[in-house]
Formats: sequence, C-alpha cells, structure tokens
Amino acid sequence: MKTFKIIGFAFLAWVLTGSCANDLNLTPRYGLNADVVYSDPGNYINVLAKLYAGLAISGNQGPAGMPDIGGIDEGFSQYVRVLWNLQELPTDEEVCGWNDPGIPELNSMTWNDNSSFVSAMYYRIYYQITLANEFLRYTNPQWMDDQSFSDQEKTMITDMAAEAMFLRALSYYHALDLFGNVPFVDETDNPGLFFPEQIIRKDLYNWILLELNSIESLMKPALTVDYGRADRGALLALRSKLYLNSEVYTGKPSYEDCMTDCASLIKLGYSLEPNYAYNFNADNHLSPEFIFAVNFDGNHTRTYGGTTFLLHSHLGGSMDIPSFGTTSGWQGNRATKVWFDKFSDTLDSRRMVHLDGQEDTITTVGTFTEGIAITKWNNTNRDGSAGSEPVTFVDIDFPMFRLADIYLMYAECAVRSGQNMSAGVGYFNLVRERAYGNSSMNISALNLQEILDERARELYGEGHRRSDLIRFGQFTGGDYLWPFKGNEQFGTSTSSHYNLYPIPSADILSNQNLVQNPGY
Amino acid sequence: MNWKHTIGTALFFCISGTSLIAQTQISGTVLDKTSGEPIPAVSVKEKGSNNASITDFDGKYSIVTAEKSILVFSSLGFESREIEPLGNVLDIFLSPASDELEEIIVIGYGSQNIKDLTGSLVSVKSKSFQKGAFSSPEALIIGKTPGVRITSNSGMPGAGSRIRIRGGSSLNASNDPLIVIDGLPSDGLGLLNPSDIESFTILKDASATAIYGSRAANGVILVTTKKGKANEPFAVNFNYLRSTKRVNNRIDVLSTDQFRDLITEKGTSSQVARLGASDPDTYTDWQNEIYQTGTVNDYNVSLSGGLKKIPYRLGLGYYKEAGVLKTSQLDRYSATLNATPSLFNGKLKANTSAKFIRSDNVYANQGAIGTAVFFDPTRPVLSDDTSSYGGYFEWLMPNGNPSVLSPRNPVGLLNLRKDLQRNNRFLGNILFDYQPLSSKDLHLFMNIGGEQSSTSGTVRIPADAAMNFNNGGEDNQYQSTRTNRLIELYANYKEDLSKNISSDFTGGYSFQHWTSSSPSYPNLSASGDTISPANPNPFFTENALMSFYGRANFNISNKYLLTTTIRSDGSSRFSKTARWGFFPSAALGWNINEEDFFKDLKLFSKLKLRVGYGITGQQDIFNNYGYIPNYNFGTATAQYQFGNSFVDVLRPDAYDYNLQWEKTATSNIALDFGFLKGRVNGSVDFYNKNTTDLLAVIPIPAGTNFSNSVLTNVGAMTNNGLEASVNFVLINNQNTNWDVGLNATRNRNQIRKLAIVQDTASPGIQVGGISGGVGNTIQIHAIGMPMFTFFTYEQIYDENNKPIERSGNIDSYSGVVDVDGNGKIDNYEAYVDQNGDGIINSSDLIAHVNSSPEPRQMFAFNTSFSHKRFSGGMTWRAETGQVMYNNLNANHANYFEVGGSMRHLNNLTSDYLDSEFRFPQYLSSYYLEDASFLRLDNLYLGYNFGALYKDQFSTSVNLSLQNALVITTYSGLDPEVAGGIDNMIYPRPRVFNVQVTVNF
Repeated sequence: MKTFKIIGFAFLAWVLTGSCANDLNLTPRYGLNADVVYSDPGNYINVLAKLYAGLAISGNQGPAGMPDIGGIDEGFSQYVRVLWNLQELPTDEEVCGWNDPGIPELNSMTWNDNSSFVSAMYYRIYYQITLANEFLRYTNPQWMDDQSFSDQEKTMITDMAAEAMFLRALSYYHALDLFGNVPFVDETDNPGLFFPEQIIRKDLYNWILLELNSIESLMKPALTVDYGRADRGALLALRSKLYLNSEVYTGKPSYEDCMTDCASLIKLGYSLEPNYAYNFNADNHLSPEFIFAVNFDGNHTRTYGGTTFLLHSHLGGSMDIPSFGTTSGWQGNRATKVWFDKFSDTLDSRRMVHLDGQEDTITTVGTFTEGIAITKWNNTNRDGSAGSEPVTFVDIDFPMFRLADIYLMYAECAVRSGQNMSAGVGYFNLVRERAYGNSSMNISALNLQEILDERARELYGEGHRRSDLIRFGQFTGGDYLWPFKGNEQFGTSTSSHYNLYPIPSADILSNQNLVQNPGY
Repeated sequence: MNWKHTIGTALFFCISGTSLIAQTQISGTVLDKTSGEPIPAVSVKEKGSNNASITDFDGKYSIVTAEKSILVFSSLGFESREIEPLGNVLDIFLSPASDELEEIIVIGYGSQNIKDLTGSLVSVKSKSFQKGAFSSPEALIIGKTPGVRITSNSGMPGAGSRIRIRGGSSLNASNDPLIVIDGLPSDGLGLLNPSDIESFTILKDASATAIYGSRAANGVILVTTKKGKANEPFAVNFNYLRSTKRVNNRIDVLSTDQFRDLITEKGTSSQVARLGASDPDTYTDWQNEIYQTGTVNDYNVSLSGGLKKIPYRLGLGYYKEAGVLKTSQLDRYSATLNATPSLFNGKLKANTSAKFIRSDNVYANQGAIGTAVFFDPTRPVLSDDTSSYGGYFEWLMPNGNPSVLSPRNPVGLLNLRKDLQRNNRFLGNILFDYQPLSSKDLHLFMNIGGEQSSTSGTVRIPADAAMNFNNGGEDNQYQSTRTNRLIELYANYKEDLSKNISSDFTGGYSFQHWTSSSPSYPNLSASGDTISPANPNPFFTENALMSFYGRANFNISNKYLLTTTIRSDGSSRFSKTARWGFFPSAALGWNINEEDFFKDLKLFSKLKLRVGYGITGQQDIFNNYGYIPNYNFGTATAQYQFGNSFVDVLRPDAYDYNLQWEKTATSNIALDFGFLKGRVNGSVDFYNKNTTDLLAVIPIPAGTNFSNSVLTNVGAMTNNGLEASVNFVLINNQNTNWDVGLNATRNRNQIRKLAIVQDTASPGIQVGGISGGVGNTIQIHAIGMPMFTFFTYEQIYDENNKPIERSGNIDSYSGVVDVDGNGKIDNYEAYVDQNGDGIINSSDLIAHVNSSPEPRQMFAFNTSFSHKRFSGGMTWRAETGQVMYNNLNANHANYFEVGGSMRHLNNLTSDYLDSEFRFPQYLSSYYLEDASFLRLDNLYLGYNFGALYKDQFSTSVNLSLQNALVITTYSGLDPEVAGGIDNMIYPRPRVFNVQVTVNF
C-alpha cells in the first residue's frame, strides 16, 4: 500500500509538472518570430541569402524536403529549371522526352492555363517578390532607428536592400517577359488576405526601369563584391535586356539605350573565357565572362532542379556518363536538327554534341536516341577532376548574364539602330574568334538573321531562346518551323497568342482582379 | 348537522393522519445474489418521496421512513427491487442485470444504462470480437457495427488500420476518430494487446461525442481494458495462439515464354541482346522468391482477483510474428495492470491503469514487393559472380557498377537491408473517484494520466549492395519521442428531482499537453562517411488543449429522455482571437414502448425514437503553429555561396493569423426497436454532418503570402447517410444459442465550398500522388463531389473494348479509330476532348461522377452459434461502390517500361496483353476499376472441454480462419487499399489459427 502511494504520488508529480499552466500560447522552440529576426543585424545576411538561394534551390532543405511552394514536385519547380523549360522547350533548340504532365505541351507549344510548369514559374516568381517585399519592410530607416542599429550596420543593410530590390526587379523582369500582365505587390503590401491589382505590361516595364535607375548608384561597382552577389554589372545587364526587348514589351524600341548600357558594361573589366567549355563546367565560377550567375554546389546547394537538372537531363544513350563527373543520366533533353544545322562546320568549339548512337531526325519525342545530344554541361573541373559531389549534385553555376551575350546584343542593336556598326562588327567577331580560336570565320558586315543564328550557336540551352525568337517575330506563326512546333513532326504554324504564357488558372480563380491574357 | 360532522371527522383524520403517522428506522445489508458479497453504493429510496440513502462500503444502509413504506433498491448493473419492510431490519439480495436493457455501457466521462441513451453509440464487447491473431486491436471489431469503416493498412506485421466513422469530415485535418483508452485520450491504438481489451464503445453522433467537443468531429472510440471484479476469487487465464499465414494469390505477369516472344518480336536489337539465357527451363518466379509462410505465436497470461480487497487484473503477453514477406518480424511484449484500490472506507477509489508495450520490428524492404512483380523472369536469383553485390544477380553498366536507373534484385533488396526498430510505449492513468457524502449520489473525479512513446531504429545497408551503391551503403539511426499528459477534474451528481424525474449532472475541466521531438542525425554511408550532415536543430513541436464541459441527463418516467452537453475548448494551435470554440448539443429520446397505449400491445420489447443535434470541432491539423509568422534556418545542404563561404538561409513560413476551429454540425434521427420479446432487435439511424470552416490547404493569390498555398479555413463539406442493424436471436435455450446479425451503411460525402472565391468553373484542388513520372496526381477535391474523387482523362475504346493509344498503330485496333481520317491517331481520338478545342491538355481531365475511393455502401453479416460444448461463427463483410486506381498496371503494363535505352529488361503485368500500350498512360480512366468486394473476414469453430481436473483448468480450443475468401472484380491483388491508389501494398495473407485457452 505504501509503495503504491509512493508510486502514485511520483506519477502525479510527473503529470502535474506538464499541466496546470494556463499557457496555450505556445511558440516554436527552434524558430524565430519576424520581430526577433530583424532586431539582430546579423540575421539580415541570412534572409538575403534566402533571396538569392530562391533562384537555386527549392526549399529549406537540399535537395528536397521543406519546399517553398507546394503542389508540384520540388525538383520540377526550381526557378532556373522551370525558367529554362519555358524558354527552351517550345523553341528550335531543345525537346524533352519525358511524359510528365506539362512537358509534351511545352515541346509542342500547345499549353493552356492549367500547365503545372507555367504555374510553377509564376509562383516561384511571386515567391521571390513576396520575400523581397518582406525583407525591404525591415530595411526602412524608421525600423533601423527603432532598433538602434549603428551607422555601419545601417549602411550594410541599405546596401543589402539595393540587392533585394535588384532581385525583385529580376523576377519582375521574368514576369514581364513570360506573362506580361501580372498582379503587382510591393513592400507596402503586408501578407494576409487581399487581392493584388493587375499591372499591364507597359506599366510594369516602366516600373522596373524606374526601380533599376533608383538603385544604380547604390549597387556596388562591378567585380568588387563577393562572387554570387549582384553588383552594378548585373544591374546594367538586366537593364540592357529590358531595353533590348522594349519593342516587344511596350511597342517602342530602345535599341540605342541598350547599346549605351552594353557599352558601359563592356568597359567594366569582364573578358571572354578563352575556352568556351569552361563556362559550363564544375568550376565555371572562374570564368571572367560571368556578369551574374546562380551558384550551385554539390554539397552545400543541392537541388534536383538547376544545373543538376541541366546536366542529368541531357545525358543518356551511349554517352559516357562518368566523363561528365556524375553517375547517371536522366535521358530527357536533346537538341533538334534545325538548330544543329546552324553550325557550318565542325571546327566551331561551341558545337558540343554527341552523335554516336543518335539519329538526327526525331520521330518520337520520347526516344532519347532520336535528336542531337548536347555535351555542354559538365560536372568536371578544368583539371579533369569530378565535382565535389560526384554522384548526383553538381557544382556547375548557371550563367544568367555573360559577356558574349552582351557583345551579341550590342551587335544586334547596332544593326537595328543603324549606329556604331563597326563597333558592332568588332564585338561580333570577338565572339567568333573565341569560338574558332582564330579569326578565320570573322565577318565584315552584320545582318539580323545571322545575329539570331549566332545567338543560337553561342547561347543555346541558357534560357534566352524564346525571348530572342519573339523579338525577331519567329517564335509563333509559320515563318520558322522546327520539329514538333504545333505538335507536327516537322513543325507547323502556331497562334500568336502563345507569345505570352497564360496566368495560371489557380490565380485567375483566386484573384478576381486579374484578367487572363488573350487567347487562353 | 350530518355533513358538518362528516367533514369534521374527515379533517380530524387527515390532520391526525399527517401529524400522528409514526416514523420508523429501517436498516440492513444489501448483498449480491450470485457472490453473496455486499454491494456498496446501492440507492435505497422510500417510494413516493424524496427520502433516500445509499449503502456504504460494507453494503450497510440505514433510512428513516414512514411506518408503512416501500423501499426501492437500485444500482447500476443490478435488477432493481421493491420491498415492503416487515420489521426494522431488512437484508436483501440483488441479482446482476440480465436484461439487456439494464446493461451498462461506457460513455464519455461515465457510464449509462442502455435504455437511457439518447445518442448514437454502439458497444462491442469481447465476446463479439473477431477471433484470431491480431497484432493491433482495431481489427477485432471489423464489421461489427454499421457506419464504421476499418481498413487495415496492409498485411505487414503491426501495420495498424485506418478507421473512419460516418465518412471523414476533413480534408486537411485528420479524419481519424478520437481514441480514448480507459479515460485517457491517446495518440492511437498502436499495438495495444487485443487480449487485454474488454469492450469498444463507438460514439457516432454529436450528442454522444459532444462531450469531447473539439476532437469529436470524426467520432470517438472508447476502449476499456479488462479489470478485476471486486470480491472475485483469484483466477488465472492462459491463452496460446498459433497461426500460419499464406499469401495465396499473385499478380498476373507475362509468362517467361510470353516475355521472350514479346522482346523478340518488338524489341530493338539491344533489347533482344539483353535477354537472359535462352534455356526455357531457367526462369525465376520472383513473387514466389520473396514470400514465405508466416507464423504467429501469441502467448497471454492474465491474473485477476481481489488482493486485500483491491480488485486487480494483470495481463502479460508475448506476441511473435514472422511476416509473409521474408525477413519481416514483429515481437511484442505487453503488460497491462488494472487495479482499483479503495481508501477511506470505500469513499475514495483510485482506478489505476498502466500499460506498457514494447515492440521490436524488423522491417522487410517493401521495395521488393513491387520489384518482384516486374523483375526479368529470365534471370537467376544468384549470379555466377559470388563476390559482388552480395552474390545476387544485378543489372550492370559496362564499367561493372550497378546500372543506376535499373531495378534491384528483389531477394537482394530483402536480405541486404537491415531495418530494425524498437518502440517503447507507456500509458497510464489514475481515475480518483471520491464520494464525499453518503446520503447523496455525488462523485468527485480526478483523472491524471499520460503517455510516452519512444522509437529508435537503425537502417544498415552494406557498401557492396547494389541498392545505395553510389553512396557506399548506409549506416543510419533515427529516434523520436512523443508524450502527452492529461489532468481532468470533474464531478457527477445524480438526483431524483421528483417521483418521476431523475437527473444526472456532470461538469468538469480538462487540460492536455502533447510534445513530439526527434534529434537530427547525419546521413552516413556504411563506412561512416557523411553523405549529408545533420540539421542544425532537432525537431520539436508541442500543443495543448484546455476545456470546460458539462452534461445534464433527465429521465422522465423512463419514457422521455433528455440530454444536453456543452463544451468549450481552447487550443494552442489558434491565435487568441480564435482560440476558444464552443460546442453544444442536445438530444431527446422517447421510449415509445413505455407509453401506456403501447404497453398493452406487448408487440415491441423495445421501441425508442432518438433525435439529436450538436456541434463538434476539429483542430487536429498537422501544423502546431499555423497562425504565427515563423522563420526557420535552412539545412547545411541548402546554403548559398557568397564569395568563399556558404551562408545559411533564413526563411519565413506562410501563415494565416485567422486560423480557427473547423466545426461539424451533426443531426441524427434514429429508431431503436425490438420485438418478439427481444428475439429481434435493431436500430436505424439517419444522419447528416455538415462541416464548415473546413481546414484546407488552398491556393492563395500570388504575392499575398510566403508560399502559393496556405492552411486556412475555406470550405464546407457534408456527409449524410443511413445506418441500420438488425440482430436475430434464432435459438436461445439451455443447450443451444444461435444469433444472426446484419448491418448496413450508406454514406454520401460531398464538398460544398473550397476556395476563397466561389467558382464552379474551377476544377478544384488536385491530390492523390501516384508512382510514375514525377508529380502526377490522380484525384481531386472538387465542389459538388466527394473528396478524393478520381480526376483523369476519359479513355476512348475501340469496338472490342481495347483502349486506344495516342499516336498508336491504327492497324492494331478494330473498327474506325481514326475519326478525322488524317492517317494517325490524334490525342483527341484516344481521350475525349471535353471542351472540344482540338487539344488534349489538363483542361480535358474530368472528375468522374461517383468515382471515389470510399465505398458508397457497406454491409456486414455476423453469425454465432453455440451448442453444448461447441461454438462457432463467421463474419462476412462487403463494401460496394468504391473505385481503385490500379497504379501497378499504369506503371508496368506498357512496352516503354520494358526499358528502352536503359540497361535492363523489365517484365510486364498481363494487363499489357489487353491494352498493348506502347507508352505509359498514367492519367487514363482505363486504370480506374470498381473495387467492390465481398469478404469472408472470419470463420471460427471452438470446443469447450470444460474442467479437466477437479473443477479446475477449464479449457477450450478454438480454430479460426481469417481473410478466408474475397470475391471481387478488381484485377489487382487486394481490393482494400486505403486511399484508393494501388501500388502494391504488403499483401494480406489468409490466416489459419489454433488457440488454446485455460482458466485456473
């Protein structure tokens, strides 16, 4: 009986110590509240890192496990991967053989507002924007004064705010290019239940331009910041893209402004990487040509999207996989003959293909051994050693803006505006010389079609093609055909409404302020 | 003068009658007729007045009454008696209630006579349980009550089951009912020893469940374990059960000859070259290689009695199972102790219950189950090279390494992966029951209890195994702990308000707190190298619930019954403004057969009409902090490089400050009936459950929160239906008994509202991930349809009912398949173009009407008989109207899966011979099949040998068969897969048991 009483009281004590407290206000033990986060200036760099990382990984756990957005596989919905899919698959450059819902429609330009990849890109863009808005809310002078940050800390945070604004502008630029007329939110919009207003394409273009202009002086000079962070070079590159395509976005061309920005950019100290292939391998951060790149690392920045996707999806068939610094091929993407025929000879070092066991004509999109396999992406270092994680995850950084692109943009603007033609020819030839190792294939006069084709030879598989084709009026319509355009084996004309992607039906239905793009 | 005299005399007698009536004191002892022991707490009342007393611990009472009076003796569980005392001492015997109407049933926070019930609840006692070998207890009551659907998760030892009462009423919150074990609301049944369970009470409608307020929306199951009875002699019960389990059916795959012919005919040259030995006698039946005959040995001993007047029962059990999938094992050790010591002369009882369960699991690698279906039958289990990959045949690349995207040897998968887990679970509570006043039927209760469950395990794969070869094998550990602690204080007071009205009041307070935590370990290779590091922080989450509740029961002349309950709950999962929910209910019962006009008819032994309405809540969401703006650091593999260093990321979670309770309003109307003196009895219930503020993860406008979807309250759903059960006592005499029971349930579920903006043009929220491709889903929550409705393309068939494939070969079909005559099969000639736009894309997916994985009707048939020493019975169960997606065929019945340019060859399921698909068609309605079935769940025969030696050692033997037979048109292995997506579950075997029970 006594033993029972002792045990009973011990039990009672154990239970009571966990109860009785009138405390239903429980907060996470290992998490931080917004107010706590931003009261410590040391935390700002981590939130900024998340903003950058949003371009590279898909969640808080690499490669997957704590996703940022839901409803679609993490690897599928990673920013660079889905941007690449939307910019490359509907073009003459690439087709993908997988049967996952959404892929066949991208290959054949027959998508609609329910496409999961269109939706993933849209929500990724807005994830970046919303996060940037949150960050910016806590970088205003009033907040910093209330927290009593030192002047040094305030300067650091103000600089970071400029980077956040750049990243937000970058995502709005993608929204402008892909979707056109989109909902608009900025740091004055707190999270909660509300319905953002829609901004039309022209106005969004102007807003981005104003934004970039306002932070230009705040961005650090090119090549002075830590690798991976945005600087004035990145800003100029983004603005030059805006100007380049302004006729598509607003109806009014701005090729001269574009040329001005390109010229400034060219003087900042970048130079072409002598070996083309070194721009796309495991230690491509050493390339002097990169203006802004998204960083990946086999051990620290892991994703099933990004360059891990770019490498693996292009490997298969009889390709020697270990020579690419990894262990598996996912047998998905390869190029079309129409693109391949743009190479006039085999001496062009950019012609990085694998033809053994591949048939050039694609009859069935699902068969990897039909089509031109691409060997551009490679997870080995310059010295031939494999990347830091030789099994799956790659170190290859993804170049968003690089110098060769700027050279070709200058050349194009020269032709279109009729000015500075000789400088344009000169820059074009720099690209050619790097490709051939000599000046044997240099040109003396520019023409637009040749520039478009040169962009295909130089920048293939880097997420530019769709925008370029649209600018040249060759993306939709029947002037230019390629395999499976419009779901025909050798291509057919498509409707011009496909020049813009649709706003996902989920957002049209959630937000009555939005009007769908025409044709959907 | 005469009339004045009369009146005066009358008045005199009246007055003298009232003032001169003599009082007398009666005292005595009340004893139990069967055991002769005194019965405490018996109510002793003077009939026709408020005068009452109760017996003490020794059964003694004393009451002062009018001289001529009638005393009424009554106590729960005994037949009441009315006696006119002839002297000052009256000792009486009471007999235990045999009449079913006097039977007690356990309800929330108390117990009640069946005849006084107003809510919809059913009690299943141990004598009605299914007979056989069960690692977890919910299987005991499968098919025993209408409205309850219990689907075992699989045939794996210790797999547990999914329980649904009256359909599920949530989308994103849990749909599981609340499980209360001996008064302790618990995480679940787990592996509680079935032999320790006395009864299950299933509470179905709001008036029964509302006392559990915030957790009651999906019903409540009260589990009562066996207890010792006061004044019983010491008894020992020993029980041994031995089972053999066999999986008898196999998935139909192409025979080796069919496989060879197929590759030779359709394969590319590299595929033909990959065919194995051409000797037709060399073949492997992989499904046979991985299964074995499973066995169970289950030993149970229980000791019960009254030790120094403390009734107790100690149950010890050891259960050992070898599963039908090779290498799977379960060992369970359990100890259950129930004791009810009494203190302070019987005024204070401490109902103590403690349970400890340890389970040791060896988990077989379930990847082998699917792989064994399609692994190349022309290959041997062991390769010629005994030094590599454990000696197993594996698909290799030219450099000798395992081919990365090829399947692994199924036997190798089983034998080379060691996945061990130990779980220790303790649950216990003490319910103090104090009766302070001997004259009033007032009880004060304090219930304190808690539960702690720790799980730890290891997974090891050697470095040379083909699975995980690139990482160098695996040597990992994991651990997690869950606790909950409860304290409840409540009181119960019974009183007769007047001659005909008795009342019963209960009111109280409850606080319960849960935690769940696990440390983070790195992912290590077999040699200890780090493949990915541990997370910076361990995982920890907690939540708490505080409640106030009250109930009042009124019984008017045994004809009219009224119950009202009120409960208010505060949850830590919601913000202060939304924290408290209010859950009331009311129910009426009318014992029609107690009415005078019915009593004379003597037609019905029981006829009761029940009507109830109540609101219950739901807050069992999987996110404890959904209303707080919370930031978290990322892991070490999710850093970003700035310059030469890697920086951790810090990310905010999407949140909804206004998150609040989900509420379900239930109405129930029912009729309980019995006639032919109780030979036929049953009940019929109509119910309607309306859930509002449905918690769901829904898409939100882009740019408004830190994700594209957030958990919020935005929906409404209804479940309505009908439950009926009838029991026939066909024979009931001294030697022979024969009972037959039938029950039937019909449930209709429909989602009424989903998004912030009401729009019927929206397809809905896609759910139901499948295997095949990446991110494919096959179900949808759509307005106007049941949840998890199947959402696919509508397949078009040719004249011979063969499904047409897009871009397929026109000549392989009969009839006109190229409708527009353009020489090829377009997409819209294979799938119906729902919107007629000439393109087949996601707009052409449709939610099929009446196509959900939950059955529309359920039926069960139970019978049991006993004749002298023999006994036996069986349980049949049917579910109709549910649909299943055959994911196995969708994945493995098309030529592409043979393995195009990969380095292996895969076999196909026989469905390929019908569809002849060249490429996977995951989203075709061709793979939706009717999964209705009729199953013989249980069949048993027993013989009672009686006392073997000198009135002791009464022994009985029982033979039973579980899962004896299933009749279905479904083409997969088993039509019961929770969730409706069949990708090969661990198969349910047929089980044969022999059980010996000895009582000392």
